[in-house]
Amino acid sequence: MATYDDLSLHVRLFMKGYPFAHYAIDPVPCARLTKPLGASRVALVTTAGLRTPGQGDFDRSIKMGDASFREIPNTIETQSLVESHRSYAFDRAGIRRDVNLAFPLDRFRELESQGVIGKLNHRHFSFMGSIVGPRKLVESSAPQVARMLSEDKVDAVFLTPV
Amino acid sequence: MCQQTVCLLQAVVERAGVATVSISLLREVAQVIKPPRALFAPFPMGYPLGAPDDAGLQHRVIAAALALLERNDVPILEEFKG
Repeated sequence: MATYDDLSLHVRLFMKGYPFAHYAIDPVPCARLTKPLGASRVALVTTAGLRTPGQGDFDRSIKMGDASFREIPNTIETQSLVESHRSYAFDRAGIRRDVNLAFPLDRFRELESQGVIGKLNHRHFSFMGSIVGPRKLVESSAPQVARMLSEDKVDAVFLTPV
Repeated sequence: MCQQTVCLLQAVVERAGVATVSISLLREVAQVIKPPRALFAPFPMGYPLGAPDDAGLQHRVIAAALALLERNDVPILEEFKG
């Protein structure tokens, strides 16, 4: 299992010194799933830095991190997605081979056809996760995505990091 | 930072009234930030659903995570046991 000890010394030292506690969620919100999963509308959110071939890359030069997001249409051919994450903390060989490893749209399409979930939303969202200074994320782009998900009447969101 | 970004996004979406569940690859980060529902998956960074081209394993991880959506005793941090 991944713990701090598996990370490179450089990343480990950074993470040990990083004030995660500063971002502790308090109080922890709780939105109940009000219908069975088999009748629910589901959307995916990933921080793998994925974009469609027609979209611009995330900006790797912003020191605090690029808090923008890309809207991924549900009709996308998953293997056409482009990974442009700036982080050096993870091995990208896996997702370059099979993007479902971090953005499991093909798996959720299977769950939709089996009736395990009700329906996939018409769009999903991708961020580039290495956001060291998350103020813009928390105050602007995340609420924007939350609003879109809410407008889409999404019932449940599945989130994946890399 | 990906782990933190997921946790923070998750809280904002959940506050907007949409139920969420996430995969977490670093137990320490989820324990401190406390997203509403997280499945701690014992995989390396970059491999949140286990392995590429292994639909069976990916489905088992997804199923374990989706099961947490039925619970509301937040914050929930469960470990994927395979």
